[in-house]
Amino acid sequence: MHTDTDRQVIEVTALRRRYGSFRPRTTKSATTANGTKRDTGTAAPTGTATHTGFEAVRGISFTVARGELFALLGTNGAGKTSTVELLEGLAAPSGGQVRVLGHDPYRDRAAVRPRIGVMLQEGGFPSDLTVLETARMWAGCTTGARPVAQALDMVGLTARHQVRVKLLSGGERRRLDLALALLGKPELLFLDEPTTGLDAEVRRETWELVRRLRDQGTTIVLTTHYLDEAEALADRLAIMHQGRIVASGTPAEVTAARPARIRFELPPGVSPAELPLSVPAAASGRRVEVRTERLQAALTELLLWARDKQVELVGLDARSASLEEAFLDIAAGEREELAA
Amino acid sequence: MSTTTMTRMAALGRAEATLLWRNRSAAFTALAMPLVMIYAMHATTAKMGVGRVGMTATAVSVTGGIGMILAFAVYANLVPAYVTRRDELVLKRLRTGEPTDLEILAGTALPSVVVALAQCAVLVVAGTAMLDLSAPRRPEVLLLGVVLGIPLMVACAAATTIVTRSAEVAQLTTMPLWLVSLAGSGLFIPLEIMPHQLADVCRLLPMTPVVDLFRAGFLGGAGAMRVVRDVLTAGVWLGLAGWSVRRWFRWEPRR
Repeated sequence: MHTDTDRQVIEVTALRRRYGSFRPRTTKSATTANGTKRDTGTAAPTGTATHTGFEAVRGISFTVARGELFALLGTNGAGKTSTVELLEGLAAPSGGQVRVLGHDPYRDRAAVRPRIGVMLQEGGFPSDLTVLETARMWAGCTTGARPVAQALDMVGLTARHQVRVKLLSGGERRRLDLALALLGKPELLFLDEPTTGLDAEVRRETWELVRRLRDQGTTIVLTTHYLDEAEALADRLAIMHQGRIVASGTPAEVTAARPARIRFELPPGVSPAELPLSVPAAASGRRVEVRTERLQAALTELLLWARDKQVELVGLDARSASLEEAFLDIAAGEREELAA
Repeated sequence: MSTTTMTRMAALGRAEATLLWRNRSAAFTALAMPLVMIYAMHATTAKMGVGRVGMTATAVSVTGGIGMILAFAVYANLVPAYVTRRDELVLKRLRTGEPTDLEILAGTALPSVVVALAQCAVLVVAGTAMLDLSAPRRPEVLLLGVVLGIPLMVACAAATTIVTRSAEVAQLTTMPLWLVSLAGSGLFIPLEIMPHQLADVCRLLPMTPVVDLFRAGFLGGAGAMRVVRDVLTAGVWLGLAGWSVRRWFRWEPRR
């Protein structure tokens, strides 16, 4: 059906998505039944910007290789869902190009759909059907569907198959959505915030399932705002901010570009000015923060200095850059821009 | 196994039939309302003196019944169904799958269409067997009315969702077409007893050609000109409704 030459499952070039003024979107987020706040992916700032249109995706490019798990990270309203909807072929881009499995996913829907599985951010199921009836309906619309019972078993919903959708918990609905996305044994799977609303245990189980699918060769595109999720699962990731990709690469590459951090508090009577000059410290009162690309060297200097001076560093905390640091950096950038 | 238009629509239609059955008030509207209305309007028709244009009140009621069926079993039933599926994000979900846009709309309409076809059959059988009407004179013209009327009303229902913000206001947004059809499309007031100018305007309404084809097919008098005029009028409305659906139909709720 496909050859190894189409190694790139997804190719995105200079992609743009604009929401026109004829479709005003005034609220930025929707509150779902279980009370969690989610970005709808169609966010537009309130006020006059709505009337002139809003560009949610502003010229992004990336590729996803066969068998890879690619994560899109970003704050609410960063453009993740808007991007994924273009990849899924739900809308046509207003600029740039998308190729999914070698096709235009919007124009060539019939060629792409039988090969992909989609889990939307909010599952759309008729509330008065049971879990089993919903899965049967979807199976009837899915080429090469696996047995419905098997799909429900994969997500642990077998015992709930007679329950109406409106009586399911938020987490159970996410799992039903995942089951439907898996029904067609897709080559390419889109998961839009798959673990939002799940409790910790089910979340781990879902991670295991996602890893298993990846190990079996499924290419997966995942959006999430859980950084640990991206760190645990992603082969490669991209961080989106205000419609652009601001960082991308393997989790290690993304964090490597960021400085490590040491934090502590000086005891009374010791001035930050007494700290060794080789340690680039920033003090506010007695609290000191050190940002460095050479964590081990800086920490050694600091500890030797403290032993010599017999100073106790209260609440000493040293850590390498994590995805969280990188992410918070970007979010802080946003706040500065807003303040300016 | 690959899915086809047939398998996909069957799966959607089956789910929608289950939902229709579970929604008691919608099921009542679709199943009982057309017959209740035909019966209720019969007395009014009888008082209007349709005898002078060579018809009986029963003939008018039975043949106008196609309009009641289309208005309740198809139109009034489908508008809230489409809006509810849109607001539940079901339509958006379906669009991520293999069904085409047309299959999603048609599959959702399938139970209403089946109900309407069954009611039309009941109408013809009951009319000839129990109500002293002769068998349809031109069954193919009668059938043409049914075959045009059903997709026309499905398309009108889909078009009405464009101005229907929630299922609750569907009763309001379906009112204009329903009232205009009831009064002016010959459902219980035959156009023949109207003043000529009024009748000419009423002939242009969306449901008039459908009722006219059904009536002419049943009772006779289906001249070639009349059939062509009706088919053209219905075709223009179908085209208009279809075009506005293509242009403005919303697959997900406003935020």
